[in-house]
Amino acid sequence: MSATREQEALALIERVRTRPARFRDAQITMAHGAGGKATLALIEGLLAPAFGIETLDDAAAVDGMALTTDSFVVKPLRFPGGSIGELAVNGTVNDLAVGGARPLALTLSLVLEEGLPAEELRAEVEAIARAAATAGVRVIAGDTKVVERGRCDGMYVTTAGLGRFDPRASLDSRALRPGDRIIVSGPIGDHGTAVMLARGEFELDAPVESDTRSLWPAVDALLEAAGRSLRCLRDATRGGVASVLNELAVASGVGMVVREAFVPLREEVSGACEILGIDPMYVANEGVFVVFVAPEAGDAALAALRAVPGCELASDVGEVRAEPPGLVLVETGFGGRRVMDMLVGDPLPRIC
Amino acid sequence: MKYSQEFRDAELGRALAAEILATVEPGRHYKVMEVCGGHTHAIYKYGIADLLPENVELVHGPGCPVCVIPMGRVDDGIAVALRPEVIFTCFGDMLRVPGGRGSLLDAKAEGADVRMVYSPLDALRLARENPEREIVFFAVGFETTAPSTALTLLRARAEGIRNFFVYCNHVTIVPPLRALLESPDLRLEGFIGPGHVCTVVGARPFEFLPSDYGKPVVISGFEPLDVLQSVHMVLRQLAEKRCVVENQYKRVVPYGGNPAALRVLGEVFELRPHFEWRGLGFISHSALALREEFADLDAEKRYQVPGVRVADPKACQCGEVLKGVIKPWECKVFGTACTPERPIGTCMVSSEGACAAYYNFGRFAREKVAV
Repeated sequence: MSATREQEALALIERVRTRPARFRDAQITMAHGAGGKATLALIEGLLAPAFGIETLDDAAAVDGMALTTDSFVVKPLRFPGGSIGELAVNGTVNDLAVGGARPLALTLSLVLEEGLPAEELRAEVEAIARAAATAGVRVIAGDTKVVERGRCDGMYVTTAGLGRFDPRASLDSRALRPGDRIIVSGPIGDHGTAVMLARGEFELDAPVESDTRSLWPAVDALLEAAGRSLRCLRDATRGGVASVLNELAVASGVGMVVREAFVPLREEVSGACEILGIDPMYVANEGVFVVFVAPEAGDAALAALRAVPGCELASDVGEVRAEPPGLVLVETGFGGRRVMDMLVGDPLPRIC
Repeated sequence: MKYSQEFRDAELGRALAAEILATVEPGRHYKVMEVCGGHTHAIYKYGIADLLPENVELVHGPGCPVCVIPMGRVDDGIAVALRPEVIFTCFGDMLRVPGGRGSLLDAKAEGADVRMVYSPLDALRLARENPEREIVFFAVGFETTAPSTALTLLRARAEGIRNFFVYCNHVTIVPPLRALLESPDLRLEGFIGPGHVCTVVGARPFEFLPSDYGKPVVISGFEPLDVLQSVHMVLRQLAEKRCVVENQYKRVVPYGGNPAALRVLGEVFELRPHFEWRGLGFISHSALALREEFADLDAEKRYQVPGVRVADPKACQCGEVLKGVIKPWECKVFGTACTPERPIGTCMVSSEGACAAYYNFGRFAREKVAV
C-alpha cells in the first residue's frame, strides 16, 4: 500500500519534471541567470514561445548557416587562465562548434562603464583579437555604448557568431538512443572555481585556472573520427555538466547513467568545491563539452578527442538508457546511486 | 587533502554492508534516525541507502538548522534586511527559505542589500570595510556554528566595532530530541548522533537517550564509511541488547566536548525561555540569545523586530516529516505544490532538508528491492 503511494508520488515528480517550464515569477532573481531550472523557465516559459522557437540549441540554422549570440558579465574581468575578452570569443565560438558549425565571424558589442581605465579596455580588446586569431574567426562588426559609473562592472561584452554547418555532422539534441556513450572532454569545474577563487571572498587559494579555449579543433577531430555517429555535442558552461545531461535527457526522452568515479576532476577543484559545499558537476566550464556518440564509435571518438590539446583527460563517463526517461542517475564512487537533478538556485553568480 | 578519500573506500563499504546484513534479524524492521542534516546529505550524496538491507530504514531527524527556522523569524530578518542602512548577511542556504511573504532572495531582488557569507567573520570584515553601513549577520545553526558567532562577537567587542549586529537564531539539539521522543506516534529503534554538534558539546549530553528513553545512540562522522559503520554499531547494540552512547567519530569528538568552545558559548549566549521550531511548535530552553552584556550588538534589540508569528502553512507537514512520523512523499503537498523551485516548507529548501534530499536523490531508494 505505502509502496504504491510512494510510486505515485515519484511518478508525479516525473510528470512535473518533464512538463514544459512555466515562467511564473514576480521578478527576476539571480537564480534566473544560473543556468538551472529558473533559467529554463525564463527561456522555455517566456522567450521561446514569444518568438515561436520550438527547439533550443546552442546555434540556430539560417539558410545553411549557423548563428548564435552570447553576453558576458563576469566579475572580476580578469582571472587566472583568462579574462572577459577571451570568454566572449570562445563562448560564442564554442556554441557554434558544438552545434557542428565551423566558426567564421563574430560581431562584438561593448557596454563600458564610465571611469573604466583605458589600459584595462585595451588589454581586453587585445585579448579578444588574440582569441579570435587562435580560433580562426574574424571580428567583422560591432557597437559601443557607455553607461554611468556604477551601472555596470567595468564592461559587459556581447558577441554574435556566424558559422557554416559541417557536412560531416548530423547533430540533434533529440537523437540520443539507449546505448549511446557519454564522453566528457576534460576536467570539470575549472572555470567556475578559478573565477570564484579570484574574487578573494573565501580566503581560499588553489592553483586553478580557467579552461577557456576554442573547442573547434576538438569538434573537428571528433567529426573526422566519428562523423554521423555523433548524436549531439554540448558545451558545459553555466549549470555545468549536470545541466547538459538533464537538458538532453528531457529533450531525447531517455535516461542516463553516469559513473562518478570516471568523471575527470582535478584534485584542487574537488577540494575547493568540497569546502564550499558545491557539487563540481554544476560548476561552469568554458572549455569542456559533453559528447553523445553511438556505441560502436565510442572508442574512436574518445581516442580522437584525447589527441587534441586540452582534451587529454577526456573520459567515457556513462551511457544513455531507455529508462527512466528524463532522468540522470549517478553511480557514486562509494557504490550507491542518486539522481542528479537540474540546478536549483544559484551557487556562484556571474561567472561568465 | 588525503584525509577524506580513505573514508570513501567502496570496497570497505561493501564489506561493512555485508556485516550489517549479517547483524540484522530477517523479518524485523529497523528504524534508525540520523539526527543531523549533514548525515542526511551524505546518505543521499553517496547513495548509502543502496548499501543497506531493505528492512533497515533511515529516518531524517530535526538537525537541519535551516529547516527548523519558523517563517516568522524569516519575516523578521527580511524586515531588518529591507532597512536602507543595513547590509544583511547570511549563509547561502538561508537565502531561499520562504517566510510569510517571500524569501531573502526576493527581498534582495526588491532592493535589500543581502549578501551571502561563508563565515560570520566575513560579515565582520564587511563591517570594517563599510563603517557608514550597519552589518547584520543572520546567525543560524546548532552548537556547531554557535561558537563561531560567539567568537565573532567577542572580536567585534575587542576591536570596538560599533556597526556589527547579530540576529541570533542559534538553537540547541537536545530539547527538540526530547520533544520528539515524548511524541506518542514516534517509533524509532536508535539514533545516529550529530558528530559536528558533538565536536563542541561532546557525547555526554546524549546519555539521556539510553538512560531516559532506552534508545542506543552512536555519535557519527560524515564520510560514507562513518555513517555505515555507525548504522552497524546501532544495529549491533540492538542485536546484543545493549543500550549506550558510543562514539564512532573519536578522531574528532572528545567525549567531554571542546571546553574552549563551551566557554565562549557560556560567555556570549544564554538560553531563551522558549523558541518556536518549524513544525514542532514552541520548545522550552531550545535556543540561544545574546547575553545582556552584548545587547548593543543584538539586532533584535537594535531594530525592534516586529516579532511576527506566522502559522506554518496548513497543507505543509514539515513537522511530521521532522518527527519521522511520515516520509517526505507522504506529505500532501510533496512534489506538487511544494518543490525545490517553489518550496512551501523548509524541508524542501535546504539541500539537507529531508524533502529536498528525497526529491532530488531518493527516487530510486525502492528500486534496489527489484534489483
